[in-house]
Amino acid sequence: MRRVGVALKQKLYAFVLCGFFILREGDVVLYDVVVAGAGVTGAFIARELSKYRLSVLVIDKESDVAMGTSKANSAIVHAGYDAVPGTLKAVLNIRGNKMMKRISEELDVSFKMTGSLVVCFSKDDIFELEELKIRGLKNGIDDLEVIGAERLREMEPNISPNAVAALYAPSAGIICPYELTLHAMENAVENGAELKLECELTGISYDGDAFRLETTKGIVECRYLVNAAGLYSDTVAEMAGDRSFRINPRKGEYVLLDKVYGSLVNSVIFQLPTDKGKGVLVAPTVDGNLLAGPNAEDIHDKSDTSTTSRGLLEVINVARLSVPSLDTRGIITSFAGLRAAGSTGDFIIGPSPVNKKLIHAAGIESPGLTAAPAIGEMVADLLKKSGLKLEEKSDFCPFIEKYIPSRKMSESQWNEAVKKDPAHGRIVCRCEKITEADIVSSIRRTIGARNVDAVKRRTRAGMGRCQGGFCSPRVIEILSKELGIPLEEVTKAGGKSVFLLKKTK
Amino acid sequence: MKKVDLVVIGGGPAGMAAAVKAKEKGVQDVLILERENNLGGILNQCIHNGFGLHYFGEELTGPEYAARFIDKVHRMNIPYLLETMVLNIDSDKTVTAVNSAEGVFTIKAKSIILAMGCRERTRGALNIPGTRPSGIYTAGTAQKYVNICGYMPGKSVVILGSGDIGLIMARRLALEGAQVKMVCELLPYSSGLTRNIVQCLDDYSIPLRLNHTVIAVHGKERLEGVTVAEVDQDRKPIPETAEFVPCDTLLLSVGLIPENELSRDAGIELDPVTSGPVVDNRMETLVEGIFACGNVAHVHDLVDNVSNESELAGESAAEYILGTNVPDREEAITVKAGNGIRYTVPRIIRKQSLSRNSVKIFFRVADVNRNVKLAARCGNNILLERKKVKVTPGEMETLELKAEDLQEIKAGEELVIEVKTNGEGQ
Repeated sequence: MRRVGVALKQKLYAFVLCGFFILREGDVVLYDVVVAGAGVTGAFIARELSKYRLSVLVIDKESDVAMGTSKANSAIVHAGYDAVPGTLKAVLNIRGNKMMKRISEELDVSFKMTGSLVVCFSKDDIFELEELKIRGLKNGIDDLEVIGAERLREMEPNISPNAVAALYAPSAGIICPYELTLHAMENAVENGAELKLECELTGISYDGDAFRLETTKGIVECRYLVNAAGLYSDTVAEMAGDRSFRINPRKGEYVLLDKVYGSLVNSVIFQLPTDKGKGVLVAPTVDGNLLAGPNAEDIHDKSDTSTTSRGLLEVINVARLSVPSLDTRGIITSFAGLRAAGSTGDFIIGPSPVNKKLIHAAGIESPGLTAAPAIGEMVADLLKKSGLKLEEKSDFCPFIEKYIPSRKMSESQWNEAVKKDPAHGRIVCRCEKITEADIVSSIRRTIGARNVDAVKRRTRAGMGRCQGGFCSPRVIEILSKELGIPLEEVTKAGGKSVFLLKKTK
Repeated sequence: MKKVDLVVIGGGPAGMAAAVKAKEKGVQDVLILERENNLGGILNQCIHNGFGLHYFGEELTGPEYAARFIDKVHRMNIPYLLETMVLNIDSDKTVTAVNSAEGVFTIKAKSIILAMGCRERTRGALNIPGTRPSGIYTAGTAQKYVNICGYMPGKSVVILGSGDIGLIMARRLALEGAQVKMVCELLPYSSGLTRNIVQCLDDYSIPLRLNHTVIAVHGKERLEGVTVAEVDQDRKPIPETAEFVPCDTLLLSVGLIPENELSRDAGIELDPVTSGPVVDNRMETLVEGIFACGNVAHVHDLVDNVSNESELAGESAAEYILGTNVPDREEAITVKAGNGIRYTVPRIIRKQSLSRNSVKIFFRVADVNRNVKLAARCGNNILLERKKVKVTPGEMETLELKAEDLQEIKAGEELVIEVKTNGEGQ
C-alpha cells in the first residue's frame, strides 16, 4: 500500500530531475481535487478519488481527522427505513448499508450487525411502526418485521415492561465512527492522496481555470473543489459566493457507560422518531460499552460541544423509558456532538449553482455515517460529470495494513510479539489493557496520533472506567518521546490544551 | 504452567504486608505481581508525612512507610515481578498475567490474595456538564504529576471534594506556588480527616466551602474556569448562588472505588456498598482460598489499618494453604450494618476460626453525629457498646469483639452493628 506513495514520490523526483518544474517551498501546488474537510464524508470521497490517477489533497482545520460530527455521534449503521423515499438520505443510506460489511473488512473497522428495534409503548402507536415498515419497503428494505412484546422480550430481556411492540431491522448495526474515518483516510493516503491538518480554509477565488484557496498553511490551487466541511460547509460555500444553503447545528448529548453494562441491550434500541430525529437510543458499542443519547437541541454556536445538566438528565430519563434498569452509577463519561443539519432537510450533494467545479457534500447529518461510502462514490461520479477525467489506477489497494492490538492477539501471537518487541508486554492503560506497543504504533501509523485524545481514539487508552487517570502520565511521556517534544508541549487535543505547565521547584 | 502456593496480586502496602505475614507463617512459595515499576503502590507518590503513627508508633512519609515493607520483602527473599499486569483470575485460582520479560503466562496457585487497591472517581462518574478542556485531573493523578514526574499541572486551582487526597494536594500545590482558590464539598461536612483540614487548608488560608459543588466546566482548549454553586438540603444546586471562578485547573477528590474487575471476572461476590468483595473475619472472599485486603476490599483512611488487615489476610491464606485452619463454611454468623451504619467489614464471621482472641469489625457510619454509642448486638443481647463524642462517615470506626462473646452466637444468627443516638441530635 505504501508502494503507491513511494511510486508517486519517485515520479515527482523524476520530474524534478528532468527539470520540468522545480518544487520549492512556498511554490503553489495545483491539485486536481482538493477536499475541504477530513470527516467521514471527506475521508470516503478521498478514498474513492484515490482509485484514480489524480492528485488529491484533503485539508482540515483540526489537528486530527474526524474531529467534528464524525467524532461524536450515535455510531450506528442505519437500516434505512427512516428517510423519506426518493431522497438522497434514503438512497445513500441503503447503498451505504449494503457496502458497509465489505468496507469494514477492507478497512479493518469494528462493525457488528446487531439489528435495531424501534420500540413503541402504546398499542395506539403500533400503526406508526407499520408505517415505518412500509416506508422501509419503499426504500428497498424487505426484511423489516413488526414484532410483538413476547418476541421483543426474548431478544431484549431488559426492555421496559411497558413496551408493546417493535419494528425489527436486522440489517442495522454498530460501528466505530472514528476508526472508520481514520482508516478510510489512511487508505486514501496510502493510495496517494495527501492530507494537511491544522490547515484552515480562509478564502476561495476562481480564475476560470482553477480555484485558488487561501489557507492558514499557505495558498493551494486546484481544478476541482469538494466541500465536505461538515458544520462549516455553508461557510465554505459562501467563500465561493454560494449562499444556496445553510447548516444549522443541532446538538446531541450522550452518556457512555462502563463495559459491565454493555450487555444490557443486544441491539440498537430506538423509540418512535420525532420531527427532530430518531430520538434517544440505547445501544451497545463495538467495544462493549453502553451508549445512550442523543437529545436534540438547535443551537447557534458551531463550536459548542458542551454538555448541560438538563440535557444529560433528559437523555437518561428518556433512555430509561426503553431500558429502565440503566444505572447512572455506570456512567464513565458524557459528551455532546453537533449534527450538521442542512437547510433543505436532505443531504445537499451536487455541483454548486455558482460553479459546477465546486461539488458540495453538505448537510450530512444522520444517516451520514452509514451513507459515507456511498457519498464517496456519488461525489466521484459528480466530478466526472463536471468534466474531471477519472482514469483508474492499476495499483489501487483497497486494504489497510491490519494492526492487531496486543490484547486481541492469541496467547502464542502475543508471546511472539513480546519476544520481538518487549513493549507488547508493558500494559499502559490497565482498564482497556492497551500496551506501550499499541500506543507507539498509533503515533507511528500513516496518520499518526499527535495528542492524548488522538491516541485515545486510535487505541482506547484512557477510554475506560478510570478515564485516563492512571495512564495519561505514561501516554504523555510516550508522545513526548515519539514526537521529540518536551512534556509541557504534549496536549490533550491540540492548541493550548496542555497538561503540564512547568517543572516543580 | 507454573505452580505457586500463594500469588499476591498487587505490591502496594496491602500486598506486601500480606505476603510478608504469609511467609512468616510458613508459606515458602509466595509470589507478588505488581503492575508498576516499583513496589510500594500509591505510597510512593504520597511524600507527605502522617503515615505509621499507629503501626510503627512514629510519623513517616509514604515512601518511608513503603520502604519498611519493601525491606521486609527483600530480607525474606519474597520474589516479585514488576511491570506485570494480571489479565485474568479464574475461580480455580489460575492467574494469567503479562509482562515484557515473559510475555503472557499462567500460574496455578493454591491461594490468591487480592491487593489491587482502588482508583479515583472521575468527572464522568459525576457527570459534571460543560466543555472538555485539559486541566481537569483526579487529585491522585495530579499528585503523580507533581511528586513523581516533577511537573506542575496548573497554577490556579479549584478542588472539588474534600477527600484526603484533595486536601493533601491543596497544600502541595500551594507550597509549589499555585493559587488554590477553594475546596468545594457537596456535603455539609468533609469526608477527609480532621487533621488534614487543619494542616492542609486552615494553615494555608484555603477556604473550604461546604454544601458547594461545581456545576459547569468552561474553556475550549485549556480549562478557563468553573461555575460553583451552593446546594440545598437535597444536594441540588441553587441557581441564584452560581458563581464563575476563573482557574486553569480543577482537581477532583470525590471518592475512591476498589478495583475489582479481576474479582468480578473470577465470579467473586462484591458488596454493593463497598464495591469490594464480601469477606469473612479472615478476609476470605466467598470463593474459597481467595482472600482480599486493603483498599481493594474497602477504602481505608489510614495505611496502618491496611497493614493490619493485610497481615490478617496473609495469616489466613497461610492457614488455608497449610491446612491448619479451614473453618466449616456453614458455621457462620452474619454481620449486619444496622441503624446508622453504611457497611461493615467483615460481613461474615466463621465460628470455627474464633481461636484468635478477638474479631475487629471495621465500619463507617452513614451520617455525622455527636454523643453517640456504637454498639454490637445479637438480638437483644448487647455484646459491646462504646461511647463516641463525634462520628463522621470520613473516619472508619472499629469495634473489637471478644472471641468468647462471639462463640455464644449460634451459626446462622445475625450480629448487628449500629449507632445509638441519645436524642440530642447534632
